[in-house]
Amino acid sequence: MIKNMPVSAMVGLFFMALYFLMAIFAPLLAPYGMAESVGDVWEPASAEHWLGTDNIGRDLLTRMIYGGRTTIFIATVATILSFVTGSVLGFLAAVVGGWVDQALSRFVDLLMSIPSLIFALVILSVMPVTVPVLIVVMGLLDSTRVYRLARAVAVDINVMDYVEAAKLRGEGRRWIIFREILPNALSPLVAEMGLRFIFMVLFVSTLSFLGLGVQPPQADWGGIVKENKDGIVYGIGAALYPAVAIATLAISVNLVADWVLNRTTSLKGGRG
Amino acid sequence: MSESLLKVRDLKIGATVYPPGEKPHDIEIVHGVSFDLEKGKVLGLIGESGAGKSTIGLASMAYGRGGVEITGGEVWVNGRDILKTPLQDVRSLRGGEVTYVSQSAAASFNPAKKIMDQVIEASVRHGKFSRKDAEARAIELFARLGLPDPETIGNRYPHQVSGGQLQRCMTALALCPEPDLVVFDEPTTALDVTTQIEVLMAIKEAIRDTGVAALYITHDLAVVAQVSDDILVLKMGDMVEYGSVDQIINAPREEYTRALVSVRSIDHKEKEPTSEPVLKVENITARYRGTNFDVLHDVNVELHPGQTLAVVGESGSGKSTLARVITGLLPPKEGSIHFAGRDLSAALGGRSREDLRELQMIYQMADVAMNPRQTVGTIIGRPLEFYFGLRGAQKRKRIVELLDEIEMGIEFIDRYPAELSGGQKQRVCIARALAAKPKMIICDEVTSALDPLVADGILKLLLNLQKIEDVAYLFITHDLATVKAIADSIAVMYQGEVVRYGGKTEVLSPPFDDYTDLLLSSVPEMKLGWLEEVIANRKMESAGN
Amino acid sequence: MHVALKLVSQRLALGLLLLFMVSALIFAGTNILPGDVAQSILGQSATPEALANLREELGLNEPALNRYFSWLGGVLQGDLGTALTSGQDIAESMGKRLSNTLFLAMWAAIISVPLAVFLGLVAVRFRDRWPDKLISGVTLASISIPEFLIGYVLMYFIGVKLGWAPTVATIYDGMSLGEKLQTIALPVAVLTLVVLAHMMRMTRAAILNVMQSAYIETAELKGLTMFLIIWKHAFPNSIAPIVNVVMLNLAYLVVGVVVIEVVFTYPGMGQYLVDHVSKRDLPVVQASGLVFAAVYIGLNMVADIVAILSNPRLRHPK
Repeated sequence: MIKNMPVSAMVGLFFMALYFLMAIFAPLLAPYGMAESVGDVWEPASAEHWLGTDNIGRDLLTRMIYGGRTTIFIATVATILSFVTGSVLGFLAAVVGGWVDQALSRFVDLLMSIPSLIFALVILSVMPVTVPVLIVVMGLLDSTRVYRLARAVAVDINVMDYVEAAKLRGEGRRWIIFREILPNALSPLVAEMGLRFIFMVLFVSTLSFLGLGVQPPQADWGGIVKENKDGIVYGIGAALYPAVAIATLAISVNLVADWVLNRTTSLKGGRG
Repeated sequence: MSESLLKVRDLKIGATVYPPGEKPHDIEIVHGVSFDLEKGKVLGLIGESGAGKSTIGLASMAYGRGGVEITGGEVWVNGRDILKTPLQDVRSLRGGEVTYVSQSAAASFNPAKKIMDQVIEASVRHGKFSRKDAEARAIELFARLGLPDPETIGNRYPHQVSGGQLQRCMTALALCPEPDLVVFDEPTTALDVTTQIEVLMAIKEAIRDTGVAALYITHDLAVVAQVSDDILVLKMGDMVEYGSVDQIINAPREEYTRALVSVRSIDHKEKEPTSEPVLKVENITARYRGTNFDVLHDVNVELHPGQTLAVVGESGSGKSTLARVITGLLPPKEGSIHFAGRDLSAALGGRSREDLRELQMIYQMADVAMNPRQTVGTIIGRPLEFYFGLRGAQKRKRIVELLDEIEMGIEFIDRYPAELSGGQKQRVCIARALAAKPKMIICDEVTSALDPLVADGILKLLLNLQKIEDVAYLFITHDLATVKAIADSIAVMYQGEVVRYGGKTEVLSPPFDDYTDLLLSSVPEMKLGWLEEVIANRKMESAGN
Repeated sequence: MHVALKLVSQRLALGLLLLFMVSALIFAGTNILPGDVAQSILGQSATPEALANLREELGLNEPALNRYFSWLGGVLQGDLGTALTSGQDIAESMGKRLSNTLFLAMWAAIISVPLAVFLGLVAVRFRDRWPDKLISGVTLASISIPEFLIGYVLMYFIGVKLGWAPTVATIYDGMSLGEKLQTIALPVAVLTLVVLAHMMRMTRAAILNVMQSAYIETAELKGLTMFLIIWKHAFPNSIAPIVNVVMLNLAYLVVGVVVIEVVFTYPGMGQYLVDHVSKRDLPVVQASGLVFAAVYIGLNMVADIVAILSNPRLRHPK
């Protein structure tokens, strides 16, 4: 499996692992304290401060490492929440059918008729903006997309002759969901998980940038942009570092997701 | 002596393949094919899937589909090698000198444009006719091809006419620019047998009347025997045999050709009904949820132990619905089913595990009847585990026995369905059904997706297993040749009703009802001049009425 | 014709129903959720009397259903309420901003739609060659970076380093069209980049889908030129999917606008909404949420209706 891995997926996997390790070991890696002011405002890059300092003299590299930790943590938990909720309900709707399917699907249609960002803003206007609230709001809003995919995939598989054969054999619902449907639904869902994760990173960064996500002094990539954006007009690029970080992470995840999708769909290949 | 219209020499065709997990690479799919076609003659290209027959047909228009590329040889049309002709001259050849009729007219017509515009497009673009003349010619062709309302049918959109009519429109499209050569690529394969013969007659008469030459591509030797002067037999991109139609059908030289000619000539003697039927279907009427018409009306049939009941009909006849009713997937509106001496619950949920075990099913598409994520061992082993509680070594021993019964080796036990050929997949499905030790198996079009020789192998296997296991088959099919090969009794279905039912000999002997007569007389027979006979008979009949 | 008309009117009715449900959802989202509005406005240190007074003033003591219907009644008559923070009429202060936002989105659409369709065609024409690969590479990059960062990257390099365009896009009434366009050059560029990639990729997929149909092969085998094949056979069948792509992306544009307005301090709906979310000014949030949702639903509805009208099976029933 690893042997046939294309270079692009390998590069993607490498960077993805790098970011996740950085997130986990942030306190060990960061040269300074997260909210510690260690120098002048917007110092240029130097031996002590590889990326320079931020708008109130904190070490930017430290902020980026801790920021990555926060952003990746929130995105990961929200993705898991979105995935578990969306796929469980999606499979349920597909297998049970009838009014359960109708009710869930129509409700999801309704939620999806409002852009996620707008809906999140509306909700965050009354909710306290804390990390758990952010995770729940993002995860649940996004689970609508996972629901649609999971349901569509499961409905497609559910009408296959091999599922009918299992029903005619007298198999129970458990066997049908876990042994017949799930193994075949996994690959599109795993690939989608990568895309959902990227979307979560972008989503939480956007909310933080608007001041409605992670609150200071906690560092996160969107927040770093917000804190340092005023430097832009003076030609100070501190606010652009998160762009590089987010883009490399997202592209890596995309490359890995592409590979997962290609590898697993080929197994299905109809005529041998 | 007439000059060659189409002269193909040592034609080699390659394709780029994209195997999963590997780098794309080029393979050769046609390995040096040569033939000639004179003006006004018809050459049949015959072979199973993968023989390269369609690819060769399209090569005569210097066209490669998808990743297909002509890699070598010569294709001469009207005295010039079209493989060495610049593209813009090839364009004037396509749709002008050489035209094409595809298997699926429904997909080949542009859904957004009227039929007439599409039929005359090539003639007008190539400057063969003015728009007005082309339309007049199209109407004449519509009439000659037996289409209803030839004056106005051109104003309709493709989805507004039936499949058989659209296939004839496609023939009109090909004939409209007065071409020298028409490539017919399986033009009747997607059609029902009674529709197929109408289209076949129309094509045959059109070829005769216009004097056009044709390449006729099909997998069905009986069909090609009716329309061709010469036949080229292909196998995996190689020429097997090339000769006159008379020689190929009546005195084939090669082993492979002989096999194709003798296909479905299995000799099966009808068994007498025993006293107690294993399946008794009484007064079944059924409809699908949310519809307001019955797809089955008052169906009554019986099946005796160890015998085969063939349910035959065309698409829409209700034969597959009958299978769904018997399996319990579609509870009927009225009627009852008796199985193995007891009443079967109408709905699947009400049946005991014993009911389910004794009544198994095999599907048309073996591809989708097996979970692609399970190995052959798991697929065959699951019923053993589920119905008999077999585990470990015992289960494995039984799986190996079953593999042996379907003439496959132990090495297949850990393979996935994607690694099997079409015939092997269907065999595994048969083994899965047998694993339950059923009294009866419903076979739903189990051979119709397979090449003729492979299908023959499956039929022989089924007959053999019937002897060993004493299992009854309810065999659903549209193919009368298959029915003749394996049935003990036959039910002919038409629009949801059983129109004729009885022992095989009785059903297949006159006097016939109108529908059975039409059906039987429409099945192409492997003899020369059969189509002319049918045309003559039908003309006489309609004159008599 | 009647089948298509029936479907279109059904789709219109569905759109209206959806809008109605969405209004209920937005109202519920801001009222039934566990946060206390009065507490949110006044903060943790508020005295109980002050809280009680504010609740009374906001009508929070009335049942939620009553408040919803009186709000909805007002909305239907064009009365969106008054802002808590400024006391201004919302409909009045929104009007100017809405037209500013539409002005920005319109220019982004005018540039991006033809460009995306053109580039999508280029990608199809040079499929699997370098122009196609370049386009899909750019697509991957642009869906991997949030809009606001693209905004700052452009602002930094084009606005500050090169000095080609103003970094702040404040427009006001006295400006001529030319001045306005110069002022919004950067935000329009960002929005164009944001939707371009998506639209290009979807256009490419839609056209490829049509180009792989059997009827295109028929046209090729009729000996038609590439131009005629595309113009006469591919194009009529591509209109619906392309319009669909365009509408979906315009809907996406409407959301992108929110963030971009904040980046470039552009006086539009997006900034208005974000400002008032921070201030927890509920009537404004509800009203602007509803307006955004309405635009979004409307564009999606247009996409569906075009799809219905361009389907020959529905236009010419049997």
